[in-house]
Amino acid sequence: MNCPECDAILNIPEDASVGEIISCPDCGADFEIAKKEGSKVELKQAETVGEDWGE
Amino acid sequence: MSKVCIVFDRLRTEEKMLQKEAIALGHDALMLDAKITQVNTDSKREDYDFGNVVLERCVSYFRGLHFTASLEFMDIPVLNKFEVANICGNKMFMTLLLKKNNIPTPKTYFSFSSESAAENLEKVGFPLVIKPVIGSWGRGVMPLKDKDTMEAVFEIRDITDSPHDRIYYLQELIQRPPRDIRIITVGDEPIAAMYRKSSGGFKTNIALGADPELCEITKEMEDMAVKASKAMGGGILGIDMMEDEKNGLVVHEVNNTVEFKGLARVAQRNIPKEMVEFAINYVRK
Repeated sequence: MNCPECDAILNIPEDASVGEIISCPDCGADFEIAKKEGSKVELKQAETVGEDWGE
Repeated sequence: MSKVCIVFDRLRTEEKMLQKEAIALGHDALMLDAKITQVNTDSKREDYDFGNVVLERCVSYFRGLHFTASLEFMDIPVLNKFEVANICGNKMFMTLLLKKNNIPTPKTYFSFSSESAAENLEKVGFPLVIKPVIGSWGRGVMPLKDKDTMEAVFEIRDITDSPHDRIYYLQELIQRPPRDIRIITVGDEPIAAMYRKSSGGFKTNIALGADPELCEITKEMEDMAVKASKAMGGGILGIDMMEDEKNGLVVHEVNNTVEFKGLARVAQRNIPKEMVEFAINYVRK
């Protein structure tokens, strides 16, 4: 599928799961896999790093 | 066979490793996104499938903490417990508890306004290290080496004025080799350790590019890690130590949602497997 931001081709591994982050190799935008049914993948904008993120 | 529920908000390598090990051990692994889960005051355990035990693995501290509160409200066993997460997520609470339990920790000064923090710093002398009470990966951790730097940092804090910016946590700058030690404890038992070598600056966070190297756990490290884990309330923790040239080992941080993908590659013990086994046994007790 294509990057919703810049239209570059996104490489989504077959074993990728819902919740995983996919980064566009061209524009660097991050997307989260929102739904995945077979080869049908739905992406949403990934959250940006928050002040409380970490260990 | 048991069912382990791994709660996440961003699926990272660690969560996938935990899932894989749970399955390899013959258990079911349920992956649950906290961002799309809803709870209310009438919620009951039987309304959901959280398996036998939950491993709370959110990257957002506040999301994980509040999610844990809702799980404990429904009497669902969760690691780590709310109280542990609450303390470890706040550097001031954690430092106070370490000291209260006689665990060597760097001397730390607390002030509750920029004026008072500046007054204290002038009295104690430079340098001190300022750390946000909430936050990780070394963000906002800065050595205050002189008055100009202090005034600049405090002014920015006064402008942003987020609730936690009003809490000033200033710590002595430890003279040490350019590395610190991360020990992972599972159920008060240290299972793996690494040196985190600074990649130039004074910070040693792996998230900032520090170089991990396997560390052999000495008896002193083991004793201190066990004490620190017990002081926090146990569970699955990442204990950070520094080798203070003056005072020997000091514990400067205990992490609640420990990251382990780097260490797992070199550790002798299988870290995610130990975590899953501990979680399963935690509810069997």
